[in-house]
This record gives sequence, C-alpha cells and structure tokens, in this order.
Amino acid sequence: MDPRILAEFRAITGDRGLITSHEQLKTYECDGLTNFRVMPDAVLLPSSTEQVQAIVRVCHRAGIPFVARGSGTGLSGGALPVKDGVVISTAKMSSILEVDLPNARMVVEPGVINLEVTERVAPHGFFYAPDPSSQSVCSIGGNVAENAGGAHCLKYGFTTTHVLGLEVVLPDGSIAHLGGKALDAPGYDLTGVFVGSEGTLGIATKITLRIVKRPECIHTLLAAFGSTIEAGAAVSDIIGAGMLPAAMEMMDNLAIQAAEAAVHANYPNCGGLLLVELDGPIAEVEALIQQVDAICRKCGANEIKVAQTDAERALVWKGRKAAFAAVGRISPNYIVQDGVIPRTALPRLMNEIARLGTEAGIRVANVFHAGDGNLHPLVLYDRRIEGQEHAAEVLANRILELCIEAGGSITGEHGVGEEKKMMMSKMFAEPDLETMQRVRCAFDPKQLANPTKVFPRPRLCGEVPGKYEPHPLEVAGIAERF
Amino acid sequence: MTPPLSATGTGTGTASAWDELRTIGSEAQWRDAGPEDTVAGIQPRMVFEPQNEAELAAALRCADSAGLAVTPRGSGSKDAWGNPPTRADLILSTARLNRIIEHAWADLTVSVEAGCTFATLQNALAQHGQRIAVDPLWPEHATVGGILSTNDSGTLRIRYGGLRDLIIGVTIALPDGTLASSGGKVVKNVAGYDLPKLITGALGTLGVITRAVFRLHPLPHNIRTFTLAERDWANANQLVLAVQGSKLAHTGLQVRLKSGEQPKVDIRFDGTEAGLAAQSEVLRKLALPATETESNAEVWHARQRLFGPSAQSDRAFAIVKCSVLPGSIAATCDQLRDLSEPLNVSWEAVVQGTGLGYIRFEASQPLPIHQALQAMRARLEPGGSVVVLHRSPGIPEIDAWGDAGDAFPLMLKVKEQLDPKKTLNPGRFVGGI
Repeated sequence: MDPRILAEFRAITGDRGLITSHEQLKTYECDGLTNFRVMPDAVLLPSSTEQVQAIVRVCHRAGIPFVARGSGTGLSGGALPVKDGVVISTAKMSSILEVDLPNARMVVEPGVINLEVTERVAPHGFFYAPDPSSQSVCSIGGNVAENAGGAHCLKYGFTTTHVLGLEVVLPDGSIAHLGGKALDAPGYDLTGVFVGSEGTLGIATKITLRIVKRPECIHTLLAAFGSTIEAGAAVSDIIGAGMLPAAMEMMDNLAIQAAEAAVHANYPNCGGLLLVELDGPIAEVEALIQQVDAICRKCGANEIKVAQTDAERALVWKGRKAAFAAVGRISPNYIVQDGVIPRTALPRLMNEIARLGTEAGIRVANVFHAGDGNLHPLVLYDRRIEGQEHAAEVLANRILELCIEAGGSITGEHGVGEEKKMMMSKMFAEPDLETMQRVRCAFDPKQLANPTKVFPRPRLCGEVPGKYEPHPLEVAGIAERF
Repeated sequence: MTPPLSATGTGTGTASAWDELRTIGSEAQWRDAGPEDTVAGIQPRMVFEPQNEAELAAALRCADSAGLAVTPRGSGSKDAWGNPPTRADLILSTARLNRIIEHAWADLTVSVEAGCTFATLQNALAQHGQRIAVDPLWPEHATVGGILSTNDSGTLRIRYGGLRDLIIGVTIALPDGTLASSGGKVVKNVAGYDLPKLITGALGTLGVITRAVFRLHPLPHNIRTFTLAERDWANANQLVLAVQGSKLAHTGLQVRLKSGEQPKVDIRFDGTEAGLAAQSEVLRKLALPATETESNAEVWHARQRLFGPSAQSDRAFAIVKCSVLPGSIAATCDQLRDLSEPLNVSWEAVVQGTGLGYIRFEASQPLPIHQALQAMRARLEPGGSVVVLHRSPGIPEIDAWGDAGDAFPLMLKVKEQLDPKKTLNPGRFVGGI
C-alpha cells in the first residue's frame, strides 16, 4: 500500500489504531468462515465516528476498498478482507452511549458486544431480544450488518425488528442519520435497507436499539422423540393450535451426542429432541405448557422435561448454543450450513438430506430453529480422507438447492457474504438482483464497501439494466414468481 | 381508439404514446379519467386496470418512455395523502390484481396481489384461524398495496410491530418495466437486500407493488378490553409507561384525548381465560387509584373515527400523524394545548403506546389550523415528526411530510436509481421526491 496513504491513516487513528505488520494482519485474514482467507493491506481501529469518516474519505478519494469488521464471528465470510483493501474494525468503538428505560431504547456504538446490551439492562427487567449463538462475543455492528437472528426471533423478530435508528458513514465519507428513536421518521425506510446489507452500504457508527421487557415467566420444555419427523409433527401441531412460542428448537441424534459430549446438557438420548420455550404471564404460560405437553405426547414423545429454574434453562440453552462447536468432538472437520424452508417441507427435506448423506457416505448432524424452518445441517467430514471435503461441499450446496426448490432461502441468519454469492442467482432472477444492485449504487456508486460480497457479479453503476428474463425456476415450472 | 382531445392530462404524452399504451390489455380495461379520479386536484387523463403483473409492467414502461406521469392506485381510500403530484397522466389501478395467491396456513404465510382488499384477505385467513396482525384504516376498501405504500399501521403495532415487521416478500414493477422480487416466502431470510422494507411507506414513488408476502399470526381466542379514565394526560402518560414497564402482555394500548375532556386509556389483552383473569388483576393494581371498566372492541376504531365528518359541516379540520417517544406523550399534549388555545383551534387525538398518534384539529376558520400545523411541526422536529394526512378545503398548502434530515440526499439517490425520470407519483413524497 502506498506509504503516503498509510501515513494519512496513521494521522487519523494514531499508531495504535493502525496495523500493518504481517504477523498482526494474519488475525484479520478471515472471519468465522475460515476456508476463505485474504490478507488485507492494513487494518484500522478507529475510536470515533469522526475517525471512521476520515478513513472512509481517504478510501473514497484513493479508490481503496474497505471491509468493516466487528468481532469477526460471521459464518459467511462477510468480514473477509478484499484484495488490495483495508479492514476497518469497530472493536474500539464499544461504548453504550445512552440507556433510556422509559422509552425502552438504547444507543450503542457498533463494537458493543450483543450480550453486554442485555447485561446492562437486565437489572431493570429488560433484555435485548436477538440472541445469536455467538452472543457472548459478537458485536452489535456485526449483528446489524448481518441482520442476526437467534433462537428467540420466532416470537421477537430479528435484529432488523430491534434497530430503530442508525448513524452511518456512507462510502463517500458523508454521514447520514437513518430512522431514529421515534417510529416512522418521514421518508424511505433506509434503516430497513441498511440492516442486513452485509457491510455493502456503509458503516454503522451509532445504533439505536429497542429493548424488551422480560416476561413474567419462562418455561422450557424438552421432549424426546424417536425421530425428527415426529418432532416436526409436534411443531406443526403447536403452531396449528394457535400458539407462538418464544423459541422452538430441534436437534437430531448426532447433534445431541455432540452437545452432550461438549457440555453435558443432560439431554435425553433420542432420535429427535424438541425444545419449546414459552414465555409470558404465569397463568398464560402454565395453561399453554400443558397444551404443548399434550401435543408432544400425542406425537409420540417418550420423555418430557420442563426446565423451570434459570439454572436448568441455562444448561438446556448452553447445549443448544454450543452445538456447532460441539460437532468438532465427533468429526475432525465440518461445514455449518444455513438454509430455510417453509416449515411444512421439513419431513420431506429431512428424508432427502438423510438419503443424500447415505449416498455420499457423509454424516449430517441437524440443528434447526424449527419454528421458522431455519435449518443448520452440519456436514461432517474428514479432510484427510481423499475426496471427502469435496463430497461434503457438494452435499452442503445440494441442501441449499433443496431449500430453494422448496420455496425457501439460502440463508436465514448467516448471510450471503463470500460463501453464497454464487447461490444468489439460483434463488433470485437477474432482474431481482439488478434491482438490489441499483440500491447499492445509490449508496456506493464507486463500489468500495465490501465490494466483492453478496452479489454473484459486480455491476457498474450507470449500466443500463437488462430486460426481464423468466426465473430459472419459473421456466422449470417449479415455482411461480413468488 | 385515441382518447378525446378534451382530456386534460398534464403530461407531454403524444397521441401516439397513448395509442401504444392502449394496445396493452383489452378495451374494457381502459377508461377516460373523470373528475372522481383527480389526484389532489390534478386531473389525470386515463385509468388502466391491468389484469396481471406483465400488463402492469408493460404499461408502466410505456408511460415512462413517453414521459407520462403515473399514479398507482388501490381503492383510492388514502389518495389525498402526501403532497399533490406535480403531474398525473395515467392512473394504474390494481383493482383487477386482487387474487390471494397462496395461503400457506401451515407455514403461517400468505402471498397476495396488491389490489386485494384487506377485509377480503383477513376473511380468507380467518378460515384457518389466522390474520395479518395489523389493523389499518377502512379495511373494507383499503388494498394491500395501498396499506403498504402508506405504511398504515394501527393498534396492534405495539405487540406485533408495523407492516415492515410483517412483510416478508414483495414484487414491484419499476418504471423501466422490470418486475423484481425480493425477500421470499419464508419468515426468516437474509438473502439480499430487504426491499420489502424500502417499498413500505414509499407512497408508490419507487415502484408499483404487484404482490406481497406476509407472515401471519394466529387469531386470538379470547380478547378483553379495559378502559380507564385518568385525571389528566400526565397521569394517562404515566399509566402508559407503567403498563409498558410491567410484565403484562397487552396487544393494544392507546390514549384517547380531547381538549377539555378527561383522557381515557384503553388496554387490550388476549389469551387463555386463566391468563386474562390474571392480567386483569395486575392491571387493576397497577392503575390505582383509577378504576377500569370493560369496553367493547369499538374503542379501537377511535383512530378511524377521527377521519369522520365534522359535527358542524362548515368547520375546517386537518388530520396529522405524529410520532413522539412514548415518554413524551404528556409533554406533547402540553405543547398542543399551548399552541392551539391562542388560535381557537380544538383538537382530538388517539395516541398509541408506541408514541404514534393521530390528531384532528378543528376550527371555524382554516387559517388558524394551518398555523397550528406549522407550530406543531416546529416543536416536534427533529426527534419527532408531523405528517399531514388531510386538510379540508381552504386550509393553505403545507408540506405533508416535514424534514427527512441528512438522510434526504440518500433518499434522492435511491429514487434516481429506481425511477430516474420521476414517472411515479412525482412530487408527492418527502422533499419533493
């Protein structure tokens, strides 16, 4: 990198806010998706909006691509550096700026850790609802970029539901305030567009969050079934009975074994484990938990436990949240997949995944957010066995194709990033992607913000978009334009 | 057949452009626009009712290339919202795009065309015990596309969020004829940009919504509504905050205010009988010394009633949507009183616990209302907002939206990307977009 540019960066952030040594840069060459690695030219650690703005202005002037990074826990390569570019880490911007309990709002800097938000307001009976499994380390800025989910978004919604306003540094270095503490600010809902844009529209430097009052009681029911098919039937019946649990999670036998080996969550050993969490007023929850119990028994549950104390609940959730990492105990290598299907397609998809796994000689452990059809198949393989890694990748991709064919999505919460950008053209038709790219051009005409991510191909802003072409799925008669 | 030359379109469209347009669809789908089709005083030339998305997109593209201005329309129930358009030539009506495409009840989603009325949709969903958890104005007339474009949410928002939180997929027609979908039909989906949110509340200035997909909620089994009369609005605001800060799981919370009357707080619960009994008890203790009475569901139509005719037909009135923080409801009422009393303007308001409120101003003369609206906006901006939804004739023009702040240049760029020729609803949105 041009030493004069580096000098400019150093003048903005000081020595301690600029990383250029090869050793230190290595920490930033990938995020939670470790099979993609790119060395950045430099890493910047600004400590204020003004510093972010100054850095981005330099990038804009000199045409240097930049990638914003929170804690680097993302699973789709969203924070993977781009070649000849810099990484802008928000790690030093980690202050909680405002806590407004009467209005249930907080204003935080992007580097604040997800769990810290809840910890700050827990003594007052509030919590921050989006709870990705990585919540003890992931940052709010990263959550905003990825529109992070978590187990409890079934009832409470995703990050986007809980972000009311943003201060952002746009890719040309200007600052804009989107949304705000009050609802429905006049104009387009650019907050809604920015959340989940995976760092391609700018860098959020202040985030206004909505916090939620903790419910009067929370009960977590664990039901053991012979198979995930039976457990899936129970999920459908619970929804069919008109209930909206706070969370409904499912694990298959392999995932249970892994979680048990890792954290001894005291799960029953069974073919399909269903975890249903109900929250609300005590009388309401007590009435509903009996209904859930009855439905589970009717669907074939052979063991049911209810965790009532905080400690019991914590253990149940620890097992679930550790599931990805725990799989490392039963397989040397694995791919974490993230796909979504309409809930009703679950039995069909489970059978199909099992069949494909058997055919390829590859084990697949399954962990799902069953209530909203978000699957996390963990494709297990051993890199030392020739051909297995490739076979695992093929299987993982095939699962996503099955999700698309079922009318679902290639990602429910991990994002597209680097990993799935080529899948975007299988899920969306060309005009759909063109339209999104036009929005990108409005924010970032020079395509400097995380430029190689999300879309299969770059688009020059100012290009005349092509004419409508039918979607590949429409042509195949699989799906109507949805 | 060319339209009669007497038609008074504002655009520059030549006869041949109209000829080309009218090759789209059948004769029965086209008609001359009449006085009933005026858009805030502007007389368009023709109305087209496409049968399908392809016809809609084709007409839009054709109008765009001929430089004609297009106003998308559902039922027209909120046609006067926003600023008057600078031009209006063609009305694209979604009246025939009214199918419910798929109610995937077991997946709690529905795909529906933009022209379907809300009541028709909800009735169909109710057959499986479900609903879209939003209660918009005039559901018998209002269409899905119009409700989305005006971001019209009601009393359920406090529990279920607004339309932006319930829409999961959208298909829009752009002025260049592109039909683009984003989102999908699953609740959880982070692939690509969230354009359903961008289009919600955009007043048809970025594209024409042709269909949308929503997540659904189960219909409640039992519902109870309580009303509490409070001594003044400070107490009413305290009760709102106390309910919000409690562990109650209410699905509605609003304050009804009228100058010179005691404010009333309405609260709604749903759930099991056991749960309802317990929650009522908690409310009773929370609200002391005020006592609650059970109300019927009518109270939740208070917002819609604000839009009704005046008791005395010669009085001028205006209706605004305002947004403040929930903790500022009482302070806002103080400001309302302070600014309206000297002007002899009376007011009536329905404010949700979310801080979103609707205020009706009335006076014997139109001018004081105009002054009240200006004063109100000056006091609430920035941080809050005042959007003027309705002015009775005679009240001087006032920008409907107010200030979009430093995000405005970006909004303009989004508009330029999607509708570079300003074909869609020109001039009606924020900052003259």
